[in-house]
Amino acid sequence: MRIAFASGKGGTGKTMMATSVARVAGPGAAYVDADVEEPNGHLFLHPTVERETRFAVDLPEPVPDRCDGCRLCQQHCAFHAILVAGTRVLVFPELCHSCDVCVDVCPRDALAVGKMETGTVRLGDADGIFVVEGRLDVGQARATPLIGHVTRAAPPDADPVLIDCPPGTSCAAVSSVEGADLVVLVTEPTPFGLHDLELAAEMCRELGKPVAAVINRADLGDEAVRNWLAERGIPLLAEIPFDRGIAETYAAGGVVADRSVAVRRAAEAVLAHARRELS
Amino acid sequence: MTGDPTRIAVFSGKGGTGKTTLVASLVRLAGRVVAVDCDVDAANLALLVPGEDGPPTPFVAGEKARIDPDACLGCGECADACSFGAVVPDAGVYRVRQVFCEGCRACGLACPTGAIRYEPDTAGTWRVRRTPEGWLVHARLGIAQDNSGKLVSEVRKAADRIAAEEGIGLVLIDGPPGVGCPVHAAIGGVDLALVVAEPTPAGHHDMERMLELARHFDIPAAVLINKHDLSPPGTRRIEETCARLGVPVLGRIPFDPAVPGRMAQGRTPLGGGGEVERSIREIHAALAERAAR
Repeated sequence: MRIAFASGKGGTGKTMMATSVARVAGPGAAYVDADVEEPNGHLFLHPTVERETRFAVDLPEPVPDRCDGCRLCQQHCAFHAILVAGTRVLVFPELCHSCDVCVDVCPRDALAVGKMETGTVRLGDADGIFVVEGRLDVGQARATPLIGHVTRAAPPDADPVLIDCPPGTSCAAVSSVEGADLVVLVTEPTPFGLHDLELAAEMCRELGKPVAAVINRADLGDEAVRNWLAERGIPLLAEIPFDRGIAETYAAGGVVADRSVAVRRAAEAVLAHARRELS
Repeated sequence: MTGDPTRIAVFSGKGGTGKTTLVASLVRLAGRVVAVDCDVDAANLALLVPGEDGPPTPFVAGEKARIDPDACLGCGECADACSFGAVVPDAGVYRVRQVFCEGCRACGLACPTGAIRYEPDTAGTWRVRRTPEGWLVHARLGIAQDNSGKLVSEVRKAADRIAAEEGIGLVLIDGPPGVGCPVHAAIGGVDLALVVAEPTPAGHHDMERMLELARHFDIPAAVLINKHDLSPPGTRRIEETCARLGVPVLGRIPFDPAVPGRMAQGRTPLGGGGEVERSIREIHAALAERAAR
């Protein structure tokens, strides 16, 4: 059972919910931090890191003395990542999408599939919860390949797998929810929350993913989010009131679900809903 | 100062720290300003900056593949060639999942029957809004698009053009969260990256990554701490980090539970009085002073 936590808008409490559900599910669960631009789950779960590996994407690598300047690679690159000057091939890593087309079209094998490191993958343990974290190197632009990798990195017998997604609705968010059986949309009852919730729900509909919602800071704002969820028939699993103590709890190194009854109940409601719907 | 406007961009790394609420407030205080919402896949600034929108301009970026099912033999060469898992078998033939296609044309090169066509992809739209005293450029990226960086560049170009045409000296950029592709497009060439931090471990952690990115691009940065009173120790730790990195802390904004309620009515914290408004006015004054230097 794979549950993704997404939101559209950032800062609504995805990480708090995903880590809390992991905590409530207990040993055997996996928490996957797919918000690789800003991985924060470790600040909630404090895992012991057991293995750390570097992640790399394909990047064409010119083979010396092979190019005859035909420029087929440059003509075929849809991303303008290759420039041929005389018989010298220049590759612009920040534009490359790792499609390998240039390597395939070169008649003289003047390009080989090389690698470029873009981030780190950490595997760890937090009281029996398997923790996977992807961490994009600062300065790297392309998060999607690393996200795809970490969402598949949990052990096959881990259950449930809880995927903490990046905000937004672009390619990064899509690759993080792609393998999920259920997407929990964590939102807040403000115009920003509603606007981005609509976009996130649309993304899930396009991907054919069932959704449910949790409203965080439920007492700060208005009724529009609740009304919208009711209109769309999206199950509202829990509402968490604003609590000044929550920030302090994890500032002090605690898992929020251990200290906040409202968060724990919300996490239990998410898990119960997922088990009911997905079994 | 000749022609070139001052460009101030607001970032945070972590989402939801208050970037957009702050930018909307600064837009009101600055008056004649070109604001640009670079959080193109969850664009919210238009909800707090009223005005009248011009017509949408389509944003076309790249291509998407389509397989003609009548010409497809079902050999699967295209699926093998695709690096993005976008080509999948479907009822004896193959189909491109549009959401995952990056338009590299590898499938077309592999197809023995020429069954694959490429069509330009409308990845989103952007518009210019006339606000009471200035302009707002805002965009909407299509769902599941991978061209957010290019769309950010597009709306920034539009904002610079308006500033030049109208002789406006300030462009205010509401940045996207994260440190990836759209952030790179939003930070390039700005005069100041203003990072909104919040005093939580995640807020602190992500602020540090954002400051590292600003250093990477050699962009001057400053920090402001939102909801500082929710965790005085967290605020102190952020100030220590900033002191260590030599990054100025331009201001601190307290938490006020009335702010979300005002937003629900489409209003910024300005006009509500109190400490939040006072601190935002101070930040505006500090920015104006920096811009004048």
